[in-house]
Amino acid sequence: MIVANRKPFAEIREMLQGYTKVLNIGCGTCVSVCLTGGEKEVAILNTELEMARRLDDDPIDIYAHTVERQCDREYLAELDTIIEEGNFDALMSMACGVGIQFLAERYPQIPTFPAVDTSGLAVNQAVGWYEERCRSCSQCVLGSTGGICPITLCAKGLLNGPCGGTNKGNCEISNEQPCAWFRIYERLKGQNRLDAIKSINITRGWKDQAPRDLLQPGYKKPEKMAK
Amino acid sequence: MSTETHSNAESNLEKVLKSGQFAFTGELGPPRGTDAAEVREKAKFLKGNVDSVNITDNQTAVVRMSSWAASLLVIQEGLEPNYQMVCRDRNRLAMQADILGGAALGIKNMLCLSGDHQQFGDHPDAKGVFDIDSIQLIAMVKQMRDDGLFLSGGEIEHPPKMFIGAASNPFAEPFEWRVNRLAKKIEAGADFIQTQCIYNMERFRNFIHMANEEGLTEKIYILAGVTPMKSIGMARYMKTKVPGMDVPDEIIDRLKGVDKKKVADEGIKIACEQIEEFKEMKGVHGVHMMAIEWEHKVPEIAEQAKVLPRPVFG
Repeated sequence: MIVANRKPFAEIREMLQGYTKVLNIGCGTCVSVCLTGGEKEVAILNTELEMARRLDDDPIDIYAHTVERQCDREYLAELDTIIEEGNFDALMSMACGVGIQFLAERYPQIPTFPAVDTSGLAVNQAVGWYEERCRSCSQCVLGSTGGICPITLCAKGLLNGPCGGTNKGNCEISNEQPCAWFRIYERLKGQNRLDAIKSINITRGWKDQAPRDLLQPGYKKPEKMAK
Repeated sequence: MSTETHSNAESNLEKVLKSGQFAFTGELGPPRGTDAAEVREKAKFLKGNVDSVNITDNQTAVVRMSSWAASLLVIQEGLEPNYQMVCRDRNRLAMQADILGGAALGIKNMLCLSGDHQQFGDHPDAKGVFDIDSIQLIAMVKQMRDDGLFLSGGEIEHPPKMFIGAASNPFAEPFEWRVNRLAKKIEAGADFIQTQCIYNMERFRNFIHMANEEGLTEKIYILAGVTPMKSIGMARYMKTKVPGMDVPDEIIDRLKGVDKKKVADEGIKIACEQIEEFKEMKGVHGVHMMAIEWEHKVPEIAEQAKVLPRPVFG
Protein backbone atom coordinates (compact mmCIF):
# COMPACT_ATOMS: atom_id res chain seq x y z
CA MET A 1 0.00 0.00 0.00
CA ILE A 2 0.94 3.66 -0.17
CA VAL A 3 2.14 5.10 3.11
CA ALA A 4 2.28 8.70 4.20
CA ASN A 5 3.18 10.59 7.31
CA ARG A 6 1.35 13.61 8.67
CA LYS A 7 3.20 16.86 8.14
CA PRO A 8 4.44 18.75 11.20
CA PHE A 9 1.58 20.73 12.70
CA ALA A 10 3.44 24.04 12.35
CA GLU A 11 3.81 23.48 8.61
CA ILE A 12 0.11 22.71 8.23
CA ARG A 13 -0.81 25.84 10.20
CA GLU A 14 1.49 27.94 8.08
CA MET A 15 -0.13 26.67 4.86
CA LEU A 16 -3.60 27.51 6.12
CA GLN A 17 -2.65 30.99 7.26
CA GLY A 18 -5.25 33.43 6.00
CA TYR A 19 -7.85 30.79 5.11
CA THR A 20 -10.94 30.77 7.25
CA LYS A 21 -13.24 28.16 5.74
CA VAL A 22 -11.53 24.89 4.89
CA LEU A 23 -12.65 21.40 4.01
CA ASN A 24 -10.25 18.68 5.17
CA ILE A 25 -10.68 15.55 3.09
CA GLY A 26 -9.50 12.15 4.26
CA CYS A 27 -9.01 9.00 2.25
CA GLY A 28 -10.41 5.67 3.35
CA THR A 29 -7.87 3.43 1.66
CA CYS A 30 -4.06 3.25 2.06
CA VAL A 31 -3.52 6.27 4.31
CA SER A 32 -6.36 5.08 6.48
CA VAL A 33 -4.68 1.70 6.95
CA CYS A 34 -1.38 3.34 7.89
CA LEU A 35 -3.18 5.51 10.46
CA THR A 36 -2.34 8.82 8.79
CA GLY A 37 -5.20 10.20 6.75
CA GLY A 38 -8.44 8.38 7.47
CA GLU A 39 -11.62 9.64 9.09
CA LYS A 40 -10.16 9.53 12.59
CA GLU A 41 -6.98 11.40 11.68
CA VAL A 42 -8.98 14.07 9.83
CA ALA A 43 -11.03 14.63 12.98
CA ILE A 44 -7.93 14.88 15.17
CA LEU A 45 -6.17 17.35 12.87
CA ASN A 46 -9.30 19.48 12.60
CA THR A 47 -9.61 19.64 16.38
CA GLU A 48 -5.97 20.65 16.72
CA LEU A 49 -6.35 23.35 14.07
CA GLU A 50 -9.53 24.72 15.58
CA MET A 51 -7.97 24.96 19.03
CA ALA A 52 -4.77 26.54 17.81
CA ARG A 53 -6.53 29.13 15.70
CA ARG A 54 -8.96 29.96 18.48
CA LEU A 55 -6.07 30.54 20.85
CA ASP A 56 -4.59 32.87 18.26
CA ASP A 57 -7.85 34.75 18.03
CA ASP A 58 -7.99 33.79 14.38
CA PRO A 59 -10.75 31.19 14.23
CA ILE A 60 -11.02 28.73 11.37
CA ASP A 61 -14.15 27.06 10.17
CA ILE A 62 -12.91 23.59 9.30
CA TYR A 63 -15.04 20.74 7.97
CA ALA A 64 -14.34 17.06 7.52
CA HIS A 65 -15.18 14.55 4.87
CA THR A 66 -13.54 11.22 4.11
CA VAL A 67 -14.01 9.53 0.76
CA GLU A 68 -13.31 5.88 0.03
CA ARG A 69 -10.48 6.67 -2.40
CA GLN A 70 -9.22 10.04 -3.54
CA CYS A 71 -7.47 8.47 -6.55
CA ASP A 72 -10.79 7.45 -8.06
CA ARG A 73 -13.27 9.80 -9.78
CA GLU A 74 -16.18 7.63 -8.78
CA TYR A 75 -15.52 8.44 -5.13
CA LEU A 76 -14.45 12.04 -5.61
CA ALA A 77 -17.78 12.79 -7.26
CA GLU A 78 -19.54 12.77 -3.90
CA LEU A 79 -17.57 15.91 -3.04
CA ASP A 80 -18.96 17.96 -5.94
CA THR A 81 -22.10 19.17 -4.20
CA ILE A 82 -20.39 19.60 -0.83
CA ILE A 83 -17.70 21.78 -2.36
CA GLU A 84 -20.07 23.67 -4.62
CA GLU A 85 -22.35 24.57 -1.75
CA GLY A 86 -19.69 24.91 0.92
CA ASN A 87 -18.01 28.03 -0.38
CA PHE A 88 -14.63 26.90 1.01
CA ASP A 89 -11.65 29.15 0.51
CA ALA A 90 -9.28 26.19 0.68
CA LEU A 91 -9.22 22.41 0.59
CA MET A 92 -6.88 20.23 2.58
CA SER A 93 -6.20 16.61 1.72
CA MET A 94 -4.91 13.85 3.93
CA ALA A 95 -4.61 11.40 1.04
CA CYS A 96 -1.33 10.36 -0.57
CA GLY A 97 0.23 12.59 -3.21
CA VAL A 98 -1.83 10.88 -5.87
CA GLY A 99 -5.11 11.62 -4.14
CA ILE A 100 -4.12 15.20 -3.34
CA GLN A 101 -3.38 15.90 -6.99
CA PHE A 102 -6.55 14.28 -8.24
CA LEU A 103 -8.52 16.41 -5.83
CA ALA A 104 -6.72 19.60 -6.84
CA GLU A 105 -7.28 18.73 -10.48
CA ARG A 106 -11.02 18.29 -9.96
CA TYR A 107 -11.44 21.64 -8.21
CA PRO A 108 -8.79 23.80 -9.90
CA GLN A 109 -10.32 27.08 -8.75
CA ILE A 110 -9.79 26.28 -5.03
CA PRO A 111 -6.32 26.16 -3.43
CA THR A 112 -5.61 22.61 -2.22
CA PHE A 113 -3.02 21.83 0.48
CA PRO A 114 -1.35 18.58 1.51
CA ALA A 115 -1.55 17.63 5.18
CA VAL A 116 0.71 14.59 4.70
CA ASP A 117 4.07 13.68 3.18
CA THR A 118 3.80 10.59 1.04
CA SER A 119 6.72 8.30 1.70
CA GLY A 120 6.37 5.23 -0.44
CA LEU A 121 5.01 1.82 -1.26
CA ALA A 122 5.25 -0.18 1.89
CA VAL A 123 4.30 -3.31 3.76
CA ASN A 124 2.49 -3.40 7.07
CA GLN A 125 5.05 -5.02 9.38
CA ALA A 126 2.97 -4.56 12.52
CA VAL A 127 0.29 -2.13 13.64
CA GLY A 128 1.77 1.33 13.19
CA TRP A 129 4.97 0.07 11.52
CA TYR A 130 5.40 0.21 7.76
CA GLU A 131 8.45 -0.55 5.67
CA GLU A 132 9.12 0.63 2.14
CA ARG A 133 9.49 -2.14 -0.41
CA CYS A 134 9.06 -0.70 -3.89
CA ARG A 135 10.17 2.42 -5.75
CA SER A 136 7.91 1.64 -8.72
CA CYS A 137 10.87 1.79 -11.12
CA SER A 138 8.96 0.14 -13.98
CA GLN A 139 11.60 -2.60 -14.41
CA CYS A 140 11.19 -5.27 -11.77
CA VAL A 141 14.32 -7.30 -11.00
CA LEU A 142 12.87 -9.31 -8.13
CA GLY A 143 13.05 -12.52 -10.16
CA SER A 144 16.84 -12.53 -10.04
CA THR A 145 17.26 -11.00 -6.60
CA GLY A 146 15.39 -13.51 -4.52
CA GLY A 147 12.34 -11.31 -4.13
CA ILE A 148 14.32 -8.53 -2.40
CA CYS A 149 14.42 -5.16 -4.16
CA PRO A 150 17.91 -3.65 -4.45
CA ILE A 151 16.57 -0.43 -5.94
CA THR A 152 14.54 0.22 -2.79
CA LEU A 153 16.44 -1.58 -0.06
CA CYS A 154 20.06 -0.94 -1.04
CA ALA A 155 20.86 2.62 0.05
CA LYS A 156 22.80 3.07 -3.20
CA GLY A 157 20.29 1.21 -5.37
CA LEU A 158 23.10 -0.99 -6.68
CA LEU A 159 22.30 -3.62 -9.27
CA ASN A 160 25.57 -5.47 -8.68
CA GLY A 161 25.99 -5.56 -4.93
CA PRO A 162 26.97 -5.89 -2.22
CA CYS A 163 29.41 -2.98 -2.11
CA GLY A 164 32.43 -2.91 0.17
CA GLY A 165 30.50 -1.18 2.92
CA THR A 166 28.59 -4.24 4.09
CA ASN A 167 28.97 -4.26 7.81
CA LYS A 168 28.31 -7.65 9.38
CA GLY A 169 25.21 -8.04 7.25
CA ASN A 170 24.11 -4.45 7.70
CA CYS A 171 24.36 -1.41 5.47
CA GLU A 172 27.18 1.08 5.86
CA ILE A 173 24.64 3.81 6.61
CA SER A 174 23.30 2.17 9.77
CA ASN A 175 23.52 -0.91 11.91
CA GLU A 176 19.73 -0.84 11.97
CA GLN A 177 19.50 -1.18 8.21
CA PRO A 178 20.08 -4.67 6.83
CA CYS A 179 22.25 -4.84 3.70
CA ALA A 180 19.85 -5.69 0.88
CA TRP A 181 22.55 -7.49 -1.09
CA PHE A 182 23.63 -9.52 1.91
CA ARG A 183 20.03 -10.67 2.22
CA ILE A 184 19.77 -11.30 -1.51
CA TYR A 185 22.90 -13.43 -1.31
CA GLU A 186 21.61 -15.39 1.68
CA ARG A 187 18.22 -16.01 0.15
CA LEU A 188 19.55 -17.11 -3.24
CA LYS A 189 22.12 -19.32 -1.54
CA GLY A 190 19.29 -20.97 0.37
CA GLN A 191 17.52 -21.59 -2.93
CA ASN A 192 20.75 -22.84 -4.51
CA ARG A 193 20.34 -20.08 -7.07
CA LEU A 194 23.45 -17.90 -6.68
CA ASP A 195 24.00 -18.14 -10.44
CA ALA A 196 21.21 -15.59 -10.74
CA ILE A 197 23.57 -12.84 -9.54
CA LYS A 198 26.90 -14.16 -10.84
CA SER A 199 26.57 -12.51 -14.21
CA ILE A 200 26.74 -8.75 -14.55
CA ASN A 201 23.53 -6.85 -14.29
CA ILE A 202 24.13 -4.41 -17.10
CA THR A 203 23.39 -0.70 -17.03
CA ARG A 204 19.69 -0.05 -17.30
CA GLY A 205 17.85 2.81 -18.83
CA TRP A 206 15.77 4.36 -16.08
CA LYS A 207 12.08 4.30 -16.90
CA ASP A 208 10.97 6.65 -14.17
CA GLN A 209 12.64 9.86 -15.31
CA ALA A 210 9.63 11.30 -17.09
CA PRO A 211 5.91 11.11 -16.23
CA ARG A 212 4.54 7.64 -16.85
CA ASP A 213 1.13 6.41 -17.72
CA LEU A 214 -0.28 2.98 -18.37
CA LEU A 215 -2.81 2.09 -21.03
CA GLN A 216 -3.79 -1.55 -21.03
CA PRO A 217 -4.05 -3.36 -24.35
CA GLY A 218 -7.50 -3.11 -25.80
CA TYR A 219 -8.22 0.17 -24.02
CA LYS A 220 -8.25 3.69 -25.34
CA LYS A 221 -7.92 7.03 -23.65
CA PRO A 222 -11.30 8.82 -23.60
CA GLU A 223 -11.21 11.27 -26.49
CA LYS A 224 -11.91 14.41 -24.50
CA MET A 225 -9.01 13.64 -22.15
CA ALA A 226 -6.39 12.33 -24.59
CA LYS A 227 -3.93 15.08 -25.39
CA MET B 1 40.79 7.07 -35.59
CA SER B 2 43.67 9.16 -34.37
CA THR B 3 47.27 8.15 -34.55
CA GLU B 4 49.18 7.43 -31.35
CA THR B 5 49.22 10.53 -29.20
CA HIS B 6 50.39 11.42 -25.75
CA SER B 7 46.97 10.68 -24.33
CA ASN B 8 46.74 7.12 -25.58
CA ALA B 9 50.13 5.91 -24.47
CA GLU B 10 50.27 3.28 -21.74
CA SER B 11 50.29 4.51 -18.17
CA ASN B 12 53.35 4.12 -16.02
CA LEU B 13 51.42 1.86 -13.65
CA GLU B 14 50.43 -0.36 -16.56
CA LYS B 15 54.06 -0.59 -17.67
CA VAL B 16 55.24 -1.51 -14.18
CA LEU B 17 52.64 -4.24 -13.82
CA LYS B 18 53.09 -5.59 -17.35
CA SER B 19 56.84 -5.77 -16.83
CA GLY B 20 56.18 -8.08 -13.89
CA GLN B 21 57.62 -5.73 -11.29
CA PHE B 22 56.05 -5.29 -7.87
CA ALA B 23 53.95 -2.12 -8.07
CA PHE B 24 53.77 0.50 -5.34
CA THR B 25 51.01 3.11 -5.52
CA GLY B 26 50.10 5.95 -3.20
CA GLU B 27 47.14 8.08 -2.33
CA LEU B 28 46.51 11.80 -2.13
CA GLY B 29 43.41 13.48 -0.80
CA PRO B 30 42.60 16.84 -2.44
CA PRO B 31 42.10 19.82 -0.12
CA ARG B 32 38.81 21.35 1.03
CA GLY B 33 39.63 24.56 -0.75
CA THR B 34 41.46 26.00 -3.71
CA ASP B 35 45.03 25.74 -2.51
CA ALA B 36 46.90 24.11 -5.38
CA ALA B 37 50.12 24.46 -3.39
CA GLU B 38 48.82 21.96 -0.86
CA VAL B 39 48.37 19.36 -3.61
CA ARG B 40 51.82 20.13 -5.02
CA GLU B 41 53.36 19.85 -1.57
CA LYS B 42 51.82 16.43 -0.95
CA ALA B 43 52.81 15.33 -4.45
CA LYS B 44 56.48 16.11 -3.72
CA PHE B 45 56.59 13.43 -1.03
CA LEU B 46 55.15 10.86 -3.40
CA LYS B 47 57.15 11.65 -6.54
CA GLY B 48 59.70 8.96 -7.24
CA ASN B 49 58.38 6.84 -4.40
CA VAL B 50 55.22 5.51 -6.04
CA ASP B 51 54.29 4.38 -9.57
CA SER B 52 51.01 6.21 -9.53
CA VAL B 53 48.98 8.11 -6.97
CA ASN B 54 45.25 7.71 -6.37
CA ILE B 55 43.46 11.03 -6.26
CA THR B 56 40.39 10.52 -4.16
CA ASP B 57 36.97 11.69 -5.30
CA ASN B 58 35.07 13.48 -2.52
CA GLN B 59 36.21 10.73 -0.18
CA THR B 60 33.90 9.85 2.70
CA ALA B 61 31.31 11.94 0.84
CA VAL B 62 32.94 15.20 1.92
CA VAL B 63 33.31 17.93 -0.72
CA ARG B 64 36.86 18.54 -1.85
CA MET B 65 38.67 19.86 -4.87
CA SER B 66 37.53 17.70 -7.79
CA SER B 67 39.62 14.62 -8.37
CA TRP B 68 40.31 15.38 -12.03
CA ALA B 69 41.56 18.87 -11.16
CA ALA B 70 43.87 17.56 -8.44
CA SER B 71 44.97 14.84 -10.91
CA LEU B 72 46.07 17.54 -13.34
CA LEU B 73 48.00 19.29 -10.58
CA VAL B 74 49.96 16.14 -9.78
CA ILE B 75 50.67 15.59 -13.49
CA GLN B 76 52.25 19.05 -13.48
CA GLU B 77 54.41 17.85 -10.59
CA GLY B 78 55.64 14.92 -12.68
CA LEU B 79 53.57 12.33 -10.88
CA GLU B 80 51.10 9.95 -12.48
CA PRO B 81 47.56 10.13 -11.10
CA ASN B 82 45.09 7.32 -10.70
CA TYR B 83 41.88 9.26 -11.09
CA GLN B 84 39.21 7.97 -8.72
CA MET B 85 35.61 8.26 -9.79
CA VAL B 86 32.61 7.42 -7.62
CA CYS B 87 29.08 6.71 -8.80
CA ARG B 88 27.52 8.78 -6.03
CA ASP B 89 27.96 12.25 -7.47
CA ARG B 90 27.56 11.99 -11.23
CA ASN B 91 25.22 10.50 -13.77
CA ARG B 92 26.40 8.72 -16.91
CA LEU B 93 26.61 11.94 -18.91
CA ALA B 94 28.85 13.69 -16.39
CA MET B 95 30.98 10.58 -15.93
CA GLN B 96 31.66 10.14 -19.62
CA ALA B 97 32.34 13.84 -20.03
CA ASP B 98 34.89 13.77 -17.19
CA ILE B 99 36.53 10.64 -18.60
CA LEU B 100 36.97 12.35 -21.97
CA GLY B 101 38.25 15.52 -20.35
CA GLY B 102 40.60 13.67 -18.06
CA ALA B 103 42.00 11.56 -20.89
CA ALA B 104 42.46 14.63 -23.08
CA LEU B 105 44.56 16.25 -20.38
CA GLY B 106 46.77 13.25 -19.71
CA ILE B 107 44.97 11.08 -17.14
CA LYS B 108 45.69 7.44 -17.95
CA ASN B 109 44.49 5.47 -14.94
CA MET B 110 41.07 5.37 -13.37
CA LEU B 111 39.70 3.70 -10.28
CA CYS B 112 35.98 2.97 -10.53
CA LEU B 113 34.12 3.01 -7.22
CA SER B 114 30.56 3.03 -5.91
CA GLY B 115 31.46 5.68 -3.34
CA ASP B 116 30.61 6.00 0.33
CA HIS B 117 26.98 6.83 0.93
CA GLN B 118 26.32 10.59 1.10
CA GLN B 119 24.94 10.15 4.59
CA PHE B 120 28.54 9.86 5.88
CA GLY B 121 29.65 13.19 4.59
CA ASP B 122 29.22 16.90 4.98
CA HIS B 123 26.05 17.02 2.85
CA PRO B 124 24.12 14.07 4.29
CA ASP B 125 20.84 15.12 2.67
CA ALA B 126 22.29 15.30 -0.84
CA LYS B 127 20.64 13.27 -3.54
CA GLY B 128 22.83 10.26 -4.28
CA VAL B 129 23.05 9.75 -8.02
CA PHE B 130 24.08 6.08 -8.45
CA ASP B 131 22.80 6.19 -12.01
CA ILE B 132 25.19 3.31 -12.66
CA ASP B 133 27.13 1.19 -10.17
CA SER B 134 30.86 0.51 -9.95
CA ILE B 135 30.72 -2.66 -12.06
CA GLN B 136 28.68 -0.89 -14.71
CA LEU B 137 31.17 2.00 -14.60
CA ILE B 138 34.06 -0.39 -15.26
CA ALA B 139 32.16 -1.82 -18.23
CA MET B 140 31.40 1.68 -19.50
CA VAL B 141 35.04 2.80 -19.42
CA LYS B 142 36.09 -0.40 -21.16
CA GLN B 143 33.48 0.11 -23.87
CA MET B 144 34.61 3.70 -24.34
CA ARG B 145 38.25 2.60 -24.59
CA ASP B 146 38.03 -0.67 -26.53
CA ASP B 147 34.97 -0.15 -28.72
CA GLY B 148 35.20 3.61 -29.00
CA LEU B 149 31.55 3.85 -28.04
CA PHE B 150 29.63 5.86 -25.51
CA LEU B 151 27.30 3.95 -23.21
CA SER B 152 24.50 4.95 -25.58
CA GLY B 153 26.29 3.22 -28.46
CA GLY B 154 27.26 6.48 -30.13
CA GLU B 155 30.73 6.69 -31.58
CA ILE B 156 33.56 8.53 -29.81
CA GLU B 157 35.78 10.46 -32.15
CA HIS B 158 39.01 9.93 -30.21
CA PRO B 159 38.39 7.25 -27.57
CA PRO B 160 40.07 7.62 -24.19
CA LYS B 161 42.91 5.30 -23.24
CA MET B 162 42.50 4.28 -19.63
CA PHE B 163 44.07 1.64 -17.45
CA ILE B 164 40.98 0.55 -15.55
CA GLY B 165 41.08 -0.04 -11.84
CA ALA B 166 38.53 -1.34 -9.40
CA ALA B 167 38.36 -1.87 -5.68
CA SER B 168 37.87 -5.05 -3.75
CA ASN B 169 37.08 -5.47 -0.10
CA PRO B 170 38.04 -9.01 0.94
CA PHE B 171 36.69 -8.39 4.43
CA ALA B 172 33.13 -7.28 3.85
CA GLU B 173 30.47 -9.92 4.22
CA PRO B 174 29.36 -12.17 2.74
CA PHE B 175 33.00 -13.28 2.64
CA GLU B 176 32.39 -16.19 0.23
CA TRP B 177 30.85 -13.80 -2.26
CA ARG B 178 33.87 -11.49 -2.47
CA VAL B 179 35.69 -13.69 -4.96
CA ASN B 180 32.58 -13.80 -7.14
CA ARG B 181 32.40 -10.03 -6.98
CA LEU B 182 36.05 -9.85 -8.00
CA ALA B 183 35.22 -12.16 -10.93
CA LYS B 184 32.39 -9.82 -11.94
CA LYS B 185 34.76 -6.86 -11.92
CA ILE B 186 37.20 -8.76 -14.11
CA GLU B 187 34.41 -9.72 -16.48
CA ALA B 188 33.32 -6.08 -16.61
CA GLY B 189 36.82 -5.16 -17.80
CA ALA B 190 38.95 -4.10 -14.82
CA ASP B 191 42.71 -4.29 -15.46
CA PHE B 192 43.80 -3.94 -11.86
CA ILE B 193 42.43 -4.11 -8.34
CA GLN B 194 43.32 -2.09 -5.28
CA THR B 195 42.02 -3.69 -2.12
CA GLN B 196 40.60 -2.26 1.05
CA CYS B 197 43.17 -1.74 3.82
CA ILE B 198 44.33 -5.13 5.00
CA TYR B 199 44.91 -5.85 8.67
CA ASN B 200 43.54 -9.37 8.96
CA MET B 201 46.27 -11.19 7.05
CA GLU B 202 44.76 -14.63 7.62
CA ARG B 203 41.56 -13.61 5.95
CA PHE B 204 43.41 -11.95 3.09
CA ARG B 205 45.57 -15.06 2.50
CA ASN B 206 42.35 -17.02 2.33
CA PHE B 207 40.84 -14.55 -0.16
CA ILE B 208 43.90 -14.63 -2.42
CA HIS B 209 44.01 -18.41 -2.18
CA MET B 210 40.42 -18.57 -3.41
CA ALA B 211 41.17 -16.06 -6.16
CA ASN B 212 44.21 -18.12 -7.20
CA GLU B 213 42.16 -21.31 -7.24
CA GLU B 214 39.60 -19.65 -9.50
CA GLY B 215 42.37 -18.49 -11.82
CA LEU B 216 41.39 -14.86 -11.25
CA THR B 217 44.84 -13.60 -10.28
CA GLU B 218 46.09 -14.53 -13.76
CA LYS B 219 43.48 -12.28 -15.31
CA ILE B 220 44.03 -9.18 -13.23
CA TYR B 221 46.72 -7.37 -11.27
CA ILE B 222 45.99 -7.18 -7.56
CA LEU B 223 47.48 -4.46 -5.39
CA ALA B 224 47.12 -5.16 -1.69
CA GLY B 225 45.89 -2.17 0.32
CA VAL B 226 48.03 -1.09 3.24
CA THR B 227 47.43 1.75 5.69
CA PRO B 228 49.93 2.12 8.52
CA MET B 229 48.35 2.82 11.88
CA LYS B 230 49.40 6.21 13.23
CA SER B 231 47.98 5.72 16.70
CA ILE B 232 46.01 3.40 18.93
CA GLY B 233 43.03 5.73 18.56
CA MET B 234 43.17 5.36 14.79
CA ALA B 235 43.29 1.57 15.10
CA ARG B 236 40.28 1.57 17.40
CA TYR B 237 38.41 3.91 15.09
CA MET B 238 39.15 1.73 12.06
CA LYS B 239 38.02 -1.33 13.98
CA THR B 240 34.75 0.03 15.26
CA LYS B 241 33.67 2.92 13.06
CA VAL B 242 34.70 2.14 9.48
CA PRO B 243 32.24 -0.18 7.74
CA GLY B 244 33.78 -3.19 6.06
CA MET B 245 37.08 -2.86 7.94
CA ASP B 246 38.56 -5.84 9.79
CA VAL B 247 41.16 -4.91 12.42
CA PRO B 248 42.18 -7.88 14.59
CA ASP B 249 42.89 -7.27 18.28
CA GLU B 250 46.51 -8.40 17.75
CA ILE B 251 47.20 -5.20 15.81
CA ILE B 252 45.84 -3.02 18.62
CA ASP B 253 47.66 -5.08 21.26
CA ARG B 254 50.92 -4.72 19.37
CA LEU B 255 50.54 -0.93 19.19
CA LYS B 256 49.68 -0.85 22.87
CA GLY B 257 52.78 -2.89 23.66
CA VAL B 258 55.27 -0.20 22.64
CA ASP B 259 56.31 3.10 24.19
CA LYS B 260 53.77 5.89 23.42
CA LYS B 261 56.28 7.77 21.30
CA LYS B 262 56.97 4.66 19.22
CA VAL B 263 53.38 3.78 18.28
CA ALA B 264 53.58 5.33 14.82
CA ASP B 265 56.91 3.62 14.16
CA GLU B 266 55.36 0.34 15.19
CA GLY B 267 52.47 1.01 12.79
CA ILE B 268 54.96 1.48 9.96
CA LYS B 269 56.83 -1.63 11.04
CA ILE B 270 53.65 -3.71 10.88
CA ALA B 271 52.91 -2.28 7.42
CA CYS B 272 56.42 -3.16 6.21
CA GLU B 273 56.11 -6.71 7.50
CA GLN B 274 52.85 -7.01 5.56
CA ILE B 275 54.52 -5.66 2.42
CA GLU B 276 57.33 -8.22 2.76
CA GLU B 277 54.73 -10.96 2.82
CA PHE B 278 52.82 -9.48 -0.13
CA LYS B 279 56.00 -9.43 -2.20
CA GLU B 280 56.15 -13.20 -1.86
CA MET B 281 52.43 -13.90 -2.05
CA LYS B 282 51.26 -15.61 -5.23
CA GLY B 283 48.52 -13.57 -6.86
CA VAL B 284 49.57 -10.23 -5.38
CA HIS B 285 51.23 -7.88 -7.86
CA GLY B 286 51.89 -4.85 -5.75
CA VAL B 287 50.89 -2.71 -2.81
CA HIS B 288 48.59 0.27 -2.63
CA MET B 289 49.87 2.47 0.20
CA MET B 290 47.10 4.58 1.66
CA ALA B 291 49.00 6.76 4.09
CA ILE B 292 46.01 8.88 4.97
CA GLU B 293 47.04 12.50 5.66
CA TRP B 294 50.51 11.09 6.12
CA GLU B 295 51.89 11.70 2.65
CA HIS B 296 55.12 13.13 4.08
CA LYS B 297 55.84 9.74 5.64
CA VAL B 298 55.68 7.90 2.31
CA PRO B 299 59.40 8.34 1.43
CA GLU B 300 60.34 6.80 4.77
CA ILE B 301 57.78 3.99 4.44
CA ALA B 302 58.87 3.21 0.88
CA GLU B 303 62.48 3.12 2.05
CA GLN B 304 61.73 0.81 4.96
CA ALA B 305 59.50 -1.39 2.81
CA LYS B 306 62.42 -1.78 0.38
CA VAL B 307 60.38 -0.87 -2.68
CA LEU B 308 62.83 1.77 -3.89
CA PRO B 309 63.96 2.75 -6.42
CA ARG B 310 60.79 2.67 -8.48
CA PRO B 311 61.12 1.46 -12.06
CA VAL B 312 61.60 4.15 -14.71
CA PHE B 313 60.59 3.64 -18.33
CA GLY B 314 62.14 5.59 -21.16
